[in-house]
This record gives sequence, structure tokens and C-alpha cells, in this order.
Amino acid sequence: MIEFVFQNPILSALLALGGLSAAFGAVLGFAAVKFKVEGDPIVDQIDALLPQTQCGQCGHPGCRPYAQAIAGGEDINKCPPGGQATINALADLLDVEAPSLDAEHGEHLDVKRVAFIREDECIGCTKCIQACPMDAILGAAKQMHTVIADECTGCDLCVEPCPVDCIDMIPVETDLKTWKWDLPATNQNPVFHVVANEVNLIASDLGRGHAFGDQHDGNKAA
Amino acid sequence: MTSLIKVWELPGGIHPPEHKDQSLQLPLGRVPLPPVLVIPLNQHMGTPAQPVVQVGERVLAGQLIGAADGTFSANTHASTSGTVIAIEERAIPHPSGMNSESVVIEPDGKDEWIELTPCEDYRSLDRLTLLDKIRAAGVAGLGGAGFPTAVKLAPKSTQVIDTLILNGAECEPYITADDMLMQVRAAELVAGTLLLSHILHHPKNLLIGIEDNKPKAIAAVKAAVAGAAVTDPEAANIQVVVFPTKYPSGGAKQLTQILTGREIPSGHHSADIGVICVNVGTAVAAWRAVRFGEPLVSRVTTMVGDALATQRNVDVLLGTPISYLLTQHGFNANNASRVVMGGPMMGFTLLDLAAPVIKTTNCILAPSKQELPEPTPAQACIRCGICAEVCPASLLPQQLFWYAQAEDFDRLESHNLFDCIECGACSYVCPSTIPLVQYYRAAKGSIRLHEIEKEKSDRSRQRFEFRQERIAKEEAEKEAKRVARQKAAEEAKKKLAEKAAETAAAPVSSADPISAAAVKVSATQATPDEQKAKLERLVAAAKNTLEFQQKPLVPNKTNPVISEEQLVKQQVRIKQAELKLAEAEQKLADFITGLGTTPAAAASAAAAPIAAEPAVDMNDPVAAAIARAQAKLTMSPEDKARANLESLRGRLAKAEEKVAAAKADGSANLDALQQGAEKLQQKIAEALAELSALGIEDKPAPVAAPATEPAAPEPVSAEQSAAQAAIEKAKAKAAALANMSDDEKRAEQIQSLQTRLTKARERLAKAEAENDANIEAFRAGVTKLEEKLQELA
Ligand code: SF4
Ligand code: SF4
Ligand code: SF4
Ligand code: SF4
Repeated sequence: MIEFVFQNPILSALLALGGLSAAFGAVLGFAAVKFKVEGDPIVDQIDALLPQTQCGQCGHPGCRPYAQAIAGGEDINKCPPGGQATINALADLLDVEAPSLDAEHGEHLDVKRVAFIREDECIGCTKCIQACPMDAILGAAKQMHTVIADECTGCDLCVEPCPVDCIDMIPVETDLKTWKWDLPATNQNPVFHVVANEVNLIASDLGRGHAFGDQHDGNKAA
Repeated sequence: MTSLIKVWELPGGIHPPEHKDQSLQLPLGRVPLPPVLVIPLNQHMGTPAQPVVQVGERVLAGQLIGAADGTFSANTHASTSGTVIAIEERAIPHPSGMNSESVVIEPDGKDEWIELTPCEDYRSLDRLTLLDKIRAAGVAGLGGAGFPTAVKLAPKSTQVIDTLILNGAECEPYITADDMLMQVRAAELVAGTLLLSHILHHPKNLLIGIEDNKPKAIAAVKAAVAGAAVTDPEAANIQVVVFPTKYPSGGAKQLTQILTGREIPSGHHSADIGVICVNVGTAVAAWRAVRFGEPLVSRVTTMVGDALATQRNVDVLLGTPISYLLTQHGFNANNASRVVMGGPMMGFTLLDLAAPVIKTTNCILAPSKQELPEPTPAQACIRCGICAEVCPASLLPQQLFWYAQAEDFDRLESHNLFDCIECGACSYVCPSTIPLVQYYRAAKGSIRLHEIEKEKSDRSRQRFEFRQERIAKEEAEKEAKRVARQKAAEEAKKKLAEKAAETAAAPVSSADPISAAAVKVSATQATPDEQKAKLERLVAAAKNTLEFQQKPLVPNKTNPVISEEQLVKQQVRIKQAELKLAEAEQKLADFITGLGTTPAAAASAAAAPIAAEPAVDMNDPVAAAIARAQAKLTMSPEDKARANLESLRGRLAKAEEKVAAAKADGSANLDALQQGAEKLQQKIAEALAELSALGIEDKPAPVAAPATEPAAPEPVSAEQSAAQAAIEKAKAKAAALANMSDDEKRAEQIQSLQTRLTKARERLAKAEAENDANIEAFRAGVTKLEEKLQELA
């Protein structure tokens, strides 16, 4: 063996390399089979980014079918409820340029909305229940129906089927739980003040409302 | 007892002007009873309390008016005796300036208390009872966040507490409430410390941390500790730790670091490293809750700022309107730049001065315009890095600022945004006066909302998938039944065919639905020739039946007498058989003509039994729905609109009939029915408008091509087709809207508002006539609609 190596240095080096590559190839092949990734993760990833409103505005019967269509090469700008934020996220994921929302499918509404049934007008026809993709409407035949606001995605699909038009889409109001600080207004008018020498107290809420009319107030954003 | 403990240094930190003297010149004051007390049910972190009193009820001081809703909630009590005059949304001190449910009490001036249950010796009670007392008294962190104290004092069993810290640092400029409290209630503070120590199984270190700029408080607390040590050996264990003033040493994490040298890892609580940190005011409140059974109904608050004539600390009832407090202290609105709750570093501008003092109101700052001028506008960041130097949490404020601007939430989280205590030190030193903290607050809020939304969308996905599964299951069941029926039919058909071949006189009734279905099914599958043969067989069979039925009835063994009834029945059967025969013949004829017209038509006739047999299919809702859906899908938008119109008209006619009927028998549903009819009329008008819009613009509406629908009559559930129809309609509407100009949109809105207004007026009139309890609501509705209309017009 040693002799063979000494006598044929090139050949033995080649043999050694060949042996190594065969061994690693076997290991990699085994790993590929053994640790195979199941399912179609790209569809899942896309689906995770879609807003799950299930409104069908994209032309597909729900978000997941649209996710599948995107994975199959469809445009990523067809989801109005998601708006630009969703398009950007999708573009990020798929590593493409982010287009703007395709207006043909509808407008993006900034305010979230939920369905509200004017219960005294509801005739209990169950049409809305059948249309709701979320099972968010409660009621039985000839009984007044009501929407579980927490589960409603605001998809609008229940509005049309109602024969007496007693469903309204009402904006979800911000409450103390969902309220958040706004980013400071960026284009404040440059208003200069005589700043007393040592006082430089911060105002952590710059640009917000003031209790008192300030004549020279240029930052009155609220 | 005196401080021998090593004091550690806080990383970063700043030394802003203290401005503490001005509120310490006067002793702790009190204000007269205000005309009303507004007590919000949400004064703490967590779920709001639930009101447990009624409007009009007389309440006593200390009476429970809001019961804690869950663990992370706190009880709320009446601050004085009086009458509940309202339970409604009122302004609360919150940066949003929003309202929240509050109990409004009109004090009667008697200040009568409920009966309290004092407790002489708390050591005789077990810890859970003590915690219950503290919880019942509604004690929540008075230092800032308002965390329910009873929750804080019950650490997890895995957390071994070896240090109790009483936070008397009060590092923020202007605020002296804790300073004053320690001066006047030092004995109670020491007693409270011992109580908390008892509840926490006597931790090794009992520390009261005070900044060195409060000499009077330090002296008072030291004296109180010495006094208590005479009777209680544990008191000797209490160490009063004095450390150099530096902002923000009063943050719980920061104080823990100063006093113990232990740093709390990111995302953990101080209890995780064996430390519990309680504000001095909270300790006093807990002590009073246990010793006297007294709920938390008042607190010490600093009234400070040059816009006030009197600057001092007051012991004020919770619920006192801030505007009232300000008036009591000679507030000069003309000279005030704004009113802040909290200090100048971490406080927020109050948007509504009617908001009351709550458990977390440690200071009302009313600075003059010279004191707190408008902030200078922000300049670009010059990357000086000073902000990073002063950050007590060792963060990179400048980085955070960039990411917050870019709304790059992943990076913000990986840069530990949530470790930021919003102390404002970075904003304070920033030479470009960038309102950094506000960026962080906004970013934190966005991240929180994103998480909520993510959760919701995950839930939506689950619900949707669940529903799909359910529908699929129902569908599968239906399909299974259908297949079973088909099989049975096929067998029956086979038998029929055999019998027909064997003997032409086989008495098989073609009225049998199964064989009829068999014919239908086989018609869709067999070749034209076979079909023809089958139809012919069908005719033959029908003839046979008829003949069989026409035979006169003869008395036999089972039926010895022929009754009148039987005769009638036979007549009916004969009639039926005749009809069947006619139908079968008709079908055969149809089929033959179908074969004759075009070769392609043969295939379509075979593929579309629906068109050939409308009478049969209308009995089958599924098939009918499919037929309708298909018809709809192949229609142009114009046709669709027209069809829509037709159907609406049909519905209207029906609805009107119903109304008439209801009128005739004075049904209670008359109103509802009438409304329905009106609605329909409106819809018709809309449909007409849509139609005309389509007529003017011959742009085809962007509707999905019919190709998306499977052409073959697949079993589609009525539900799915309803959803699909809704989708179609929504799309058509969106398209119509997109085609409409703004003016038209507005006109439409105005019109719909007008109809709503008329209706609302009618309702109001009716309500007035009947003296309905909801008159007010109706009236408000009408006014609102009128306003809206005016806005638009
Ligand atoms: S438009 Fe968006 S939200 Fe609506 S179903 Fe399609 S992907 Fe889902
Ligand atoms: S209630 Fe209406 S708007 Fe809400 S999810 Fe159901 S169908 Fe959509
Ligand atoms: S506000 Fe946050 S980032 Fe700024 S210094 Fe304080 S802890 Fe650091
Ligand atoms: S202190 Fe202000 S200017 Fe300096 S690096 Fe920080 S954010 Fe930028």
C-alpha cells in the first residue's frame, strides 16, 4: 500500500480524492432523502403574509388559493385588504420589485372595518351566514342575526346577499388597547423660540396637542 | 441600618435641572371636596374593572364601585360618600386623550366611610389572606405603570426572592410626591416595608433606596427605621441606601442595578433575579390596606410649574378633576405652555383638563412658556453618538431611531427596543433635538399592533380552513349519498332492462323516482344510440304501466271488496301513468330532434340534461343553483344587471303581495315587510342606475372570465355558489365605483343619506307618538344624519 503510494503519487492522490468525493456524495445523498422537507413551504410562507380577510377580491376563493397562484407566477399586487404593506412583504419574500396595488381589484382602506347587522331590521334569512367565509355570523332561520366582531375580517361578502340591506360595514374604532403613538410629524414648520438659557426640558410628545391656544404655534399637529 | 452597602454605578444617565425645591416649600396640603369626582374604571395596567353600582345609588367612601376583572385588574372604590350620577365615558389622563368608562360621583360632603376591618397583628394572618386584603383595596403601583401590587407580591414559586427594594429614588425633575410622602409618613413606610417583607418570606436584604438630593426624607426614614427597630428586631435589618442623584436611577431595572449590581436580562422581570422593587407610596398604601382595611382612595400628587400660583404637594382624592386642582392652585392659563401629567421627561401632555387624578398621577406639571417652550424643530441626526452614551439601558438610540423611521420592526426587536424604558435621556441630550422617545413609542405600538393582527389573521386562517373542511365534509357526504343513489338506480335500471327484454308486460311503474333518475343518469353517460334505445324502452315501459293500471279492478283474496276510495286511487294512478307516458314520448321526440339538428348539438344535449329537463331539475336545489350560476357566469355584465333587475322586480312584487296580505290580517310584521319592500325599490333604482352606467360606458366590466367556472355540472354546494355570487356582485360594484367620478359618488352618497334620513325621521315620529324609550337615540340619529348630509352637500 505504502509502496504503491510512493510509486504512483499522482494516481494515489486521484484515488484518494475520488474516494472522498464518493463518500461525501453518499452522505449528502442520504441526507437529502432522510431530511427531505415536506410540503410546499413557499405557499405557506406566502399565505402567512396575506391578510386572511378571505374576501376574494384578488379573484381567488380565499387567501390560500391566491398564495398558490402567486407561487405559480401570478402578480403579487392583487390583494386590496393587504395593501402596499403586504405587497412589499411579498416582494421581499420572492425577491422581486414591489409593484403598486392593482386598482382593478379594489382600493386599500386604511381603516379596518367589521360588519354590523342592524338587528331590528334583520329578517333572519340566513343568507349572510352562508356567505361569511369566517363563520362570524351567529343566528338561525327567522332569528335575528349578529356578527362576532372579533372574528369578522371585514371581507364585505355578507353585505350583498342581505335582502333587506341591514348589514353595514362600520370602521373599527381605536380604543385604549389599540391606540398607539404616532411617529412625530416630520415636516414641522421651523418655528423658533427664545429658549431660556438652562432650560432644555424634553418634550417626549413633540408635535402633539396643546391645551392652550398658542398663537405662534406651528407644530399643532393634533 | 445605615447604608454600608456598596452602591453600583448606573451606565449612562443625565443630570437635568432638578426643579424640586419649588414644590417643597409648603407642607403637604389638601384641597376642598370637588363638585364631582370622576373615577375611571381603568386606572391600572390590565383589564378595566367592572362597575358594580347603579346610577342614582348612594355610595360611601371606600365602597367598591368597580370590581377587578381577572387577575391583571384592580378594584376601584368611591373616594368619598355621595351619589352616583353617571356611569359613562369620560376623559381620562392618557396620552391618547381618549375617554374611558368612569363612575361619576357627586359628593354629599359628609365623607361617610364604609365599615373598615382593621387588623392589629398581620403576622397572625397567612400570606394569601394578606394578599387578598391588598388586592381588595385596589392597590396598584403608584410610581408609574399601575401594575396590580398583589400580583407583584406573589412571585412564581421558582423565583426565590432575596431582596426587597423600596423605590424612593424619584429621579425625575419637578416631582416630589414620594419625597413628601417619605417625610410625613416615614413610620408607615417602615411598617409597610416590614409587611411586604413578611409576605415575601423575609428576604435577606431590605433596602430603601433614596437619591441624595432628598436630605429631609432620608433623615425622616432613618429616624423611623431606628424607632421601629426598638420594638421589632427585623426593622434593624432595613437599610436606607443613599446614592448619588442621576436620572433615571428610579427605573426599577436601573435601581436594581444600582443597589445590587445585578443586571436584569432582556425580556425578564426583576423577580427573575430575586429582586422585587416597590414604590414607597405603594408600600404605604399596602400597609394601610392591611392595617386599617382602607382601600386606595387618595394619593400624594405634586402640583408644580410656574403657571401655578401655589406649588406644593397635595393629598388628593382619586377622581378629582385636574382642572379643579389647577384652579385651586391659581393656574394661569395665559402663561401656561401646556399641562403635563408626570414629569417633564416621561410625562405626556394632557389633551383634556377635565381628566381626573388617578392612581398613577404622581405629578401635574403646569409649566410656563418660559419653562417649557415649544421644542425646537428636529434637525437631521449628526451621528454624534451622545445618545448612546447616556442610555441607561445600554441601547443604541441612534440605530433605533433609524429603524423606527424605516419601520424596520425586525431590526428594532433585535436591537432590544423593548428594553427601552422611554426615559427620554437620549432625546434630552440630542443636539439635533430629535424627539427620539416618540419614535420608540410609536414603533413599540406598531409592533404590538402587528402582533395582534398577526394573531387575528392566524385565527382567521384557522377558522376559514375549518369551514372549508366542514363544507368539504358535507359535500363528501352528499356525494356519497348521491353515489349510493346512483348505484341503486343503476341496479334498478339493469333489472328494468332485463325485464324489458324478457317480457314486455313487466309491470314496472315509471313513476318510480329511482328509475327516472336512472334514465337521467344514463342519459348523461351513454352514446346517443344507446340513449335513444333507452328512451324508447322508457316509453314502452310507461305504456305497459298505463295498460296495467287501466285493467279493471277485480276482487281478489286480499281485497274482497272494492271500495270507492280504491277506485279513485286507481283513477289517479291512471292519470299519472298517462302523464308519464306523454312525458317519455316527448323526451324521445326531443332527443330525436336534438340528434337531427347538428352533430355538435347531440353532444351538448347529452352534456346538458339540465336544459332538456327543466321541470325535473327545478326540484333539485343544487342543480338549480348550478344552472343559475352558470347562466349568470355566461352573461355579459349588462345581461347580468338586467337579470338582477328582473329578479329584484320579482322580489318586489312578492314583497308587495306579502305587505298587502299582512295589512289585510293586521300582522305584527307589517313594518318589517314594508321596510323590506322599500329597500327593494331602492335596490331596483340602484340596479337601473348601474344598467344605465353600463349602457353609457361600453367598457366591459372587469369580471372574471367564465372559464374560471368548471363547465361540467360539478356538484357545487349552494353555499359556495352564494359566496361566489357575492364575490361577483362585489366586483361589479367595485368596478362601477371605479368608473364613477367623485361627484357621482357624492351624489349617490347624498341620495342614500337622504333616504336614510327620511326613514329615520319617520321612525322618530313614530317613537314620539308612542312615547318610546328610545326617542333620544332616534333623535340623535336624525341629527347625525342631517349633519352628515350638510357636510356632503
Ligand atoms: S384579496 Fe387578499 S384578503 Fe382577499 S382573499 Fe385575496 S388574498 Fe385574501
Ligand atoms: S361578517 Fe361579513 S364582513 Fe365579516 S367576515 Fe363574515 S362575511 Fe365578511
Ligand atoms: S429613552 Fe430608551 S433609548 Fe433613550 S436613553 Fe432612555 S432607555 Fe435609552
Ligand atoms: S444624539 Fe441625536 S444627533 Fe446625536 S447620534 Fe443620537 S440621535 Fe443622532
